[in-house]
Amino acid sequence: MFRDQLVKVLFGGAAAFSVAVTLLIFGFMIVLGAPLIKDGAFLALFTDSWLPGQGQVGIAPMIVGTLVIAGLALAFSFPVSLGCAALISGLGRGPLPALLNRLVRFMTGIPTVVYGFAGIFLLVPIIREWASRGSGLCVLSAALLLSVLIAPTMILFFVDAFAAVPRSYLVAAKALGATAVQRFVHIMIPGAWRGLTSGVVLASGRAVGDTLIALMIAGNAAVLPESLMDPARTLTAHIALVVAADFDSLEFRTLFACGIVLYLCTTAMVILTRRIGSASEKRQWPAP
Amino acid sequence: MAGTLTEKSVVLWAWLSGAVLTIAVGGLVGYVVVKGAGSLSLHLVFGDTAPLDAMLLRRQVFDGIFPAMLGTLALVGLSITIAVPIGVAAGIYMAEFATSRIKAVFGLFFDILAGIPSILVGLFGFSVAVFLHHRVSDRIMPCLLISALSLAFLVLPYLIRTTQVALESLPRQVRITAPALGATRLQTLFWVLLPQSLSGIVSGVILSIGRCAEDTAVIMLTGVVATAGVPTSVLANYEALPFFIYTISAQYADQAELMRGYGAAIVLLAICALLFILATLIRHRLADHLLYGVR
Repeated sequence: MFRDQLVKVLFGGAAAFSVAVTLLIFGFMIVLGAPLIKDGAFLALFTDSWLPGQGQVGIAPMIVGTLVIAGLALAFSFPVSLGCAALISGLGRGPLPALLNRLVRFMTGIPTVVYGFAGIFLLVPIIREWASRGSGLCVLSAALLLSVLIAPTMILFFVDAFAAVPRSYLVAAKALGATAVQRFVHIMIPGAWRGLTSGVVLASGRAVGDTLIALMIAGNAAVLPESLMDPARTLTAHIALVVAADFDSLEFRTLFACGIVLYLCTTAMVILTRRIGSASEKRQWPAP
Repeated sequence: MAGTLTEKSVVLWAWLSGAVLTIAVGGLVGYVVVKGAGSLSLHLVFGDTAPLDAMLLRRQVFDGIFPAMLGTLALVGLSITIAVPIGVAAGIYMAEFATSRIKAVFGLFFDILAGIPSILVGLFGFSVAVFLHHRVSDRIMPCLLISALSLAFLVLPYLIRTTQVALESLPRQVRITAPALGATRLQTLFWVLLPQSLSGIVSGVILSIGRCAEDTAVIMLTGVVATAGVPTSVLANYEALPFFIYTISAQYADQAELMRGYGAAIVLLAICALLFILATLIRHRLADHLLYGVR
């Protein structure tokens, strides 16, 4: 059938185009960042500090800044997210857990820039008062706000993972006299740990990839932060800040090094979540 | 056994977590809404210009968010027009035509595209603009069209995924009835499968609109500026609501400007909330008909 083939080729073309865009984004960064590799200065990028005036354009402070802010945000967000997911998935009684579930879903629709705006005028002054030094634009403020941003990603994933635990296991445990807490700790968490891991990996991807919170709240100093009250700059914020520079300058070239790091990081996380997912398909729960 | 200290503390921890999250989100959003509620008026949108003059583009608006709202509208309209045909077509291909190997490989790429930090998509758009500027025409600079293209790439994976999932989750009897009555593959696709999965696809499109409207990282690299007036050409700079909010938070001259920032934040929040509710309502219809089988 000619028309069948035409439609298939057209739709397949759209899919192939989308794949091509994914590859092209990486290709552009490799090509535009290539002069750095030729200069032999590529490895130094990852160890040097950022002193463009003295010819040092290392992105090490930004890598550390990203890791610290994203890591802290995860550390703040994980216990709260797990608690919320537990509440929604059966630990809580009454109508409130369902309302919390709605709130979490709604949170995915809140614009990041609104969080950032509220953060600057509400959270930053609180942190400034509390620390009684600096401007309040610091690692701690950014990590706290980022932890709110990534919470729905984790909670929704956790809730899905808990829902996939076979009901018969829970019913059996209940028949044996297990309380709600015992069922949660001994049946739901072990049964859902792959989903829990995927949720954490995805949330860390969001934390690393977010630009706006760090750009607005973290203070953007391109130096290694020495305490939680110090300002820091993430890779993503670095890209946003330097892009205005001259296109042929060395500073600008380093953006593509940042880009390559972030892209490879994303790819690794995607592959990791896929492996966790496929592993769970192979070792399915035995039929009840 | 029941009601031991450990048990009680686990339950307490769960409730505390819920409270902490609710207070954090409620505090942040509530703060913006309460502080900014006073600035909501026609003056916020049009400033000192008469609303009718502004809407007919007879006079420029200098101290209102009207140009930024129009900029966001133009940006969202353009990027959705670019993204929806490609995304939906690719999603249909993935669900209906692709072999399982292609599905796995392409799916991996779409997951990566979905996971790429948005700032990288912006950097890509910026690089493409500079490349075209040097190679094709001096007239091409970071502009509305480049932003719209970049945003389209950003939401492509969501559109592909929602379309694919909407088609794949159709009940089996829907899928086999039409061919049994003698319909060809294309007839089945266009007359049965697509209409049946429309609510899923549409809710994906609406969520993508929200994503385009709220994104700041992509557009700040690809042509948005603080003052450009009402957008006149796709090859010109433009204003947008999220970038307006971002600029105000970084540098505001006086209290009036700050209040405009709060007002703009409420407007953007309201737009995104409306889109979210709309998408949820439409998806619930989908869930209903999946539950009760064929309509």
